[in-house]
Amino acid sequence: MADQTDPTTPSRRESADAPATGGPRTDPRGGKKEPGIVEQMFAPVAGFGVTFATMFRKVATTEYPEVKRPTARRFHGRHQLNRYPDGLEKCIGCELCAWACPADAIYVEAADNIPGARYSPGERYGRVYQINYLRCIFCGLCIEACPTRALTMTNEFELADSARAPLIYERHQLLAPLGPDMVAPPFPMAEGMSERDYYRGQVTGPTQEQKDYVAQRDARTAEEGTA
Amino acid sequence: MSLLTAYPDLVAALPAGPVLLTADEPVADFSDTPVWLSLVKALFLFVYVMLSMVIVIWFERRVIGRMQQRPGPNRFGPLGILQTLADGIKLFLKEDIRPRNADVVMYFAAPLIVASMAFVSFAIIPLGGPVNMFGHTTPLQLTDTPVAVLLVLAVAGVGAYGFVLAGWSSGSTYPLLGGLRSTAQVISYEIAMGLSLVAVFLFAGSMSTSQIVEAQSQTWFLGIPSWYVIPLFFSFVVYVVTMVGETNRLPFDLAEGEGELGGGFHTEYSSMKFAMFFLGEYINMFTVSALATTLFLGGWHAPWPLNTLFDGFFDQGWWGLLWFTLKMWLFIWFFVWLRGSLPRVRYDQFMKLGWKILIPLSLAWVVAVMMIRAAQEGYFGEGRWSVVATLVIIGVFVLLGIFLWDRAAQRALAEREAQQAVPPEVDPFAQGFPVPPLPGQKLIEPRTGIEAARPVPASTTSGAADTDQTTPEERRG
Repeated sequence: MADQTDPTTPSRRESADAPATGGPRTDPRGGKKEPGIVEQMFAPVAGFGVTFATMFRKVATTEYPEVKRPTARRFHGRHQLNRYPDGLEKCIGCELCAWACPADAIYVEAADNIPGARYSPGERYGRVYQINYLRCIFCGLCIEACPTRALTMTNEFELADSARAPLIYERHQLLAPLGPDMVAPPFPMAEGMSERDYYRGQVTGPTQEQKDYVAQRDARTAEEGTA
Repeated sequence: MSLLTAYPDLVAALPAGPVLLTADEPVADFSDTPVWLSLVKALFLFVYVMLSMVIVIWFERRVIGRMQQRPGPNRFGPLGILQTLADGIKLFLKEDIRPRNADVVMYFAAPLIVASMAFVSFAIIPLGGPVNMFGHTTPLQLTDTPVAVLLVLAVAGVGAYGFVLAGWSSGSTYPLLGGLRSTAQVISYEIAMGLSLVAVFLFAGSMSTSQIVEAQSQTWFLGIPSWYVIPLFFSFVVYVVTMVGETNRLPFDLAEGEGELGGGFHTEYSSMKFAMFFLGEYINMFTVSALATTLFLGGWHAPWPLNTLFDGFFDQGWWGLLWFTLKMWLFIWFFVWLRGSLPRVRYDQFMKLGWKILIPLSLAWVVAVMMIRAAQEGYFGEGRWSVVATLVIIGVFVLLGIFLWDRAAQRALAEREAQQAVPPEVDPFAQGFPVPPLPGQKLIEPRTGIEAARPVPASTTSGAADTDQTTPEERRG
């Protein structure tokens, strides 16, 4: 390959771009111009030219805390526990994420949904959900393991702190905020809907009954608070 | 410092002194400068140097940053200009550590020597011409002596003690090596520096800085001042190289090569004592730059088109301070540019450059300048022809020198190539143990195992006809 004059191994690329009649200043191999006499004279100190010219180039730095460049769209950032459209949590406390985690960063404790306190459709919900960001390696295996798509990752990456304890994120920090239509659990499932229907996406928002339930519940707790 | 401050008064008190009445006495007139005004000027100089030092640390980091396409310090103050202040506060709050093996007195004295000596040289630098200060007309220069430039060299020599003592007294290996390197460096480069200055003395006829500046303000034509950078360009180049060597700056910062010696002579220093080395080093940069400005770039005088405007309006009084500062900062910027562009040289290369190139060439150059000056002064006979003849003779010698040098270099090159020539085939077991081949070498394959049997003429009838040697087999592959 090195010997370009060998007729038995013609380089296809060479024959494609190199014109048959190259100029006198054209290097037959690279197509790069030979340095002129001035360039050759200044070659030993050409580095000075590089630094001098660079002084007038645009600075490449992103002024980070002031200017934040968006991350890649599928960047692995802080986790989030999602909700169904009516506000019930998707997490069922199955601990598959914790078992999948290679860094042992996730701790889950499930509890039963009882009639007065239903947080997720189905049998159980994640009563304790902790992710230790001192251990998490952001590999995303927990996301792959989650059977209800409850756990996903956001693009948020500013996860620094000066202490250890605040870096163990709790359930209330990880839960997605309530959307405009959602109501805050606990409240019963939409009437006539099963856990399966929730999973299939047949629930699109809280029903009137659920809203009334939550309003009554809130009024009752407010009364108890004042009394 | 106080002695130097008092010196102008001594000069004034002894006007009839026979030594001082020679032609090389300073032009700067200190007769109207009382001692208190000298003190004021000393204070002004101190503030000027300290401010420059504070700015240069920021300036260097900003410029280096731009040369590497990044902004440099930009957090503290507008454009990060207060960065030096933050660094200083940080340094002063650090723990002051003294190694157990350190020699206490010298360990404390070394940074003091470096930092205080750095300020001394500035006393003889003319920052400007005569100005009116508090009702007295006084030159913008603390003092001047007939041997002012020698004072700078002497003070630089004493300052080198600081580095040596720091390295020695730390009681540690790397600082000792750094200190030794520093000594060798200063000794070798002060010779070349001194020689490059000799040419300036010969042209100016004086070692007094004010006299040298005055000599450079004479004009050639069109009002172009005769700055020594043009006639003494070679000296200027040598001076610039040696001033980098003197100040331990990249690419000659071997005394503190981080890659080889930890931090060099200041490895064991911390907190304020380290800050003093830092300060001394940067002020030394200013000292050598100021000296270069004074000796080669016309000192405080205005650059060319401006010195002719408005009857020399820009070339007098306090304007001098501006031009001086600008020229000095030009050198500082050059220092930074060097640091941004060049890697550190090897120690042997550095010594070779100093002893084998700079010193001999400077010697030859000084002899040539001496001849030219002698011809100009009429020692070789009256008339213009003697100068021309001298120049021609020097030219012949230069050409001869270049010719001989070139021949010697070519011979050395040929010898080296002959030495390094690779023999086409080598026996890897020649010295008893196997060695890999050098690039371009071919190995003689060692004979392994059983040798091929010799051809035995077994058959006497048709053997010869089978092995036809005349048509060799066609080579394939």
